[in-house]
Amino acid sequence: MAARSSRTRRPVNYWYHALGVASVIGGLGLWWLASVLNPTTLPGPVDVAARAGELFLDGTLQEHLLASLQRVLLGFVIGSGLAIPLGFLMGWYKPFRAILEPWTQFFRTIPPLALIPLMIVLLGIGEVPKVAVISLAAFLVSIVATFQGVLNVDKTLINAGRVLGASDLVIFRSIVIPASTPFIMVGLRQGLGSAWATVVAAELIAAQLGLGFMMQRAQIYYDLPTIFVGVVIIGLLGLVMDRVLLWADSVLTSWQERR
Amino acid sequence: MSTDKIVFDRVTATFEVNGQPFHAVKDLSLTIADNEFVTVVGPSGCGKSTIMNMAAGLLIPSGGEVRVDDRPVKGPGPERGVIFQQYALFPWLTVRQNVEFGLKLKKISRAQRNEVVERQLELTGLTPFADALPKTLSGGMKQRCAIARAYAADPSILLMDEPFGALDALTRVHMQSQLLETWRQEKRTVMFITHDVDEAVFLANRVIVMAARPGRIHRIIDVDLPAERTEDLRTSPEFTAIRNEVWNSVYHQDPPPEAGAPAQHDPPDDPGGEGDQINKGIWSPTRHHNPGP
Repeated sequence: MAARSSRTRRPVNYWYHALGVASVIGGLGLWWLASVLNPTTLPGPVDVAARAGELFLDGTLQEHLLASLQRVLLGFVIGSGLAIPLGFLMGWYKPFRAILEPWTQFFRTIPPLALIPLMIVLLGIGEVPKVAVISLAAFLVSIVATFQGVLNVDKTLINAGRVLGASDLVIFRSIVIPASTPFIMVGLRQGLGSAWATVVAAELIAAQLGLGFMMQRAQIYYDLPTIFVGVVIIGLLGLVMDRVLLWADSVLTSWQERR
Repeated sequence: MSTDKIVFDRVTATFEVNGQPFHAVKDLSLTIADNEFVTVVGPSGCGKSTIMNMAAGLLIPSGGEVRVDDRPVKGPGPERGVIFQQYALFPWLTVRQNVEFGLKLKKISRAQRNEVVERQLELTGLTPFADALPKTLSGGMKQRCAIARAYAADPSILLMDEPFGALDALTRVHMQSQLLETWRQEKRTVMFITHDVDEAVFLANRVIVMAARPGRIHRIIDVDLPAERTEDLRTSPEFTAIRNEVWNSVYHQDPPPEAGAPAQHDPPDDPGGEGDQINKGIWSPTRHHNPGP
C-alpha cells in the first residue's frame, strides 16, 4: 500500500474523494426527500440519528452492539484460527487434501444460516450455537482461500529455495507461508464479512441480546427508526472491520507489486 | 583444472504429452570440466532447460544419470547454485535478506554471514539497494541480486537458465560483461543456457549446440578466443567467425546446409542478432511446449 498511498496524494485523486463524499451526501438527501414524501411510514435521517442518540444515552445500543461484536470476533477467531492451519495442510500434503476436500466442498454449498435450526436443537439457545455457526461461516471461506494460496505459490520460488539447500520445513515456513499471505488476507476479509452477515441473521432467529435481536424486537413494535439504527450501525461496523483488515493486509503484504 | 565436474551419462527425460511419450532429451552424454564456462544453445524444445534441471537436481532423469564430482545427483544441493530466468527473488525479503537466504541455512556465524553478503552486494553493485524490496528494482538489478544470492551460498557450480532472456539488449550486454568479471574473480563451473547465439559465444569456453525431437547434442564448438573478453571482441573477425559457425549449426540443422537452406536463414549482419529470431527459424516448432519439471 506504500506505493499506492503516494499515488493518492496526487491532486486528481482529491477529485475522486470529493465525488465519493458528494455521493454519500446525495444519498442521504434522497433518503430525507423520500421520508418527507412518506411522513407516516419512512423515518428520515434526522429521526434515525435522534433515535440512535436515545439508544446510546440509555446504554441499550452499546449493550446490543457489544453482544454482537463479541460473537463475531469470537466466531471469526475460532473459525479462521482453525481454517488457516488446516488450509496449509490441505495445500501442502495431498493426503490431507483428499481427506478434507469432500467435507469443505459439501459444507460450502450449505449456507451456514441453514444450519441454525439444527444447531439450536443440538446445542440449545445459548451463545454456543451462534458462535458455532459464525465460526463455520468464517472457517469455510478462510480454509478455501488458504488452500488456494498454497496451491498458487510460484513453483520457481520453491525451486529457488530448494537449490539453496532449504529443507521442506524451511520452504514451508520461509516461502509458502509468506507467499500465500495475500490469499489468506483475502480469505480473512471475506470470512469476516460472512461472519458479520451471519451474526445478525442468527440473532434475528434466537437471541436475547444483539443488534439482530434489537431490530427483531423493534419490528414487533413497528419501531422503524430503531430498525434503521440497526441497519446503519451494522453497515458502518462492517465497513470499519473491513478497513482494519485492509490496513493489516497492506502492512503484511507491502512487498507485493501492485497496480 | 581439467577434471570432470559435471557428467551427463546417457541421460533421457521422457514426458507424457497428450498420452504420447515425448523425449525431451534422449541418450545425451556430456562432460563439463572443472571451472569451465559452457553455454548451451538450441531451438525451443531441444531440452536445454531439461538438462539444466537435471544437473540442478530439480528433475530426475528417466534414464541414465547425472554425476557431479563423481556422485550421482539425487536432488538439489547448495553446491549447485541455480539462476532462473524469472529471477525468483523472494519478494517479501529485501535485497540483503535475499542474498543472505542460503547462508542462513548453512549455520555460520552472523559476522561471517554479513561479510559474505557485503562482498556479494559489492561485487554486483547492489550495496546502495541492500535494504530495498525486489519490487523497486529494475530487471537487471533483480537478476544481479539473484546472482549475488547464488554466489553467496558459495556453490562450485552455477547453473543459469536463460538468466538474461528477459532483459533488454543493452542491459543484457552489460550483464554479460559483469558476469564474466565476477566469474574471473571467483571461478566456478558454469553451465549457461541461452537462445542468444552472440551471448553463447561471448561467454563460453565451449558452446554446446542442441537439436530437438528428440533433444540431443548436435555439435560442440570450442570458442578459441582470448580469456579476456572485451567489448571490442564482439566486432572482431575471430568472434564473428565462431558466431557464424554456431549460428549455422543452430539454424541449419535440419535440413542440412547442402540441401539448400533458404536465404532468409543466413545470419544477419547485425551483430546483436537476438534470440527471438529462433522462433522464425526453419523448425517453426509445432509444439512450443517446453517440458519442465
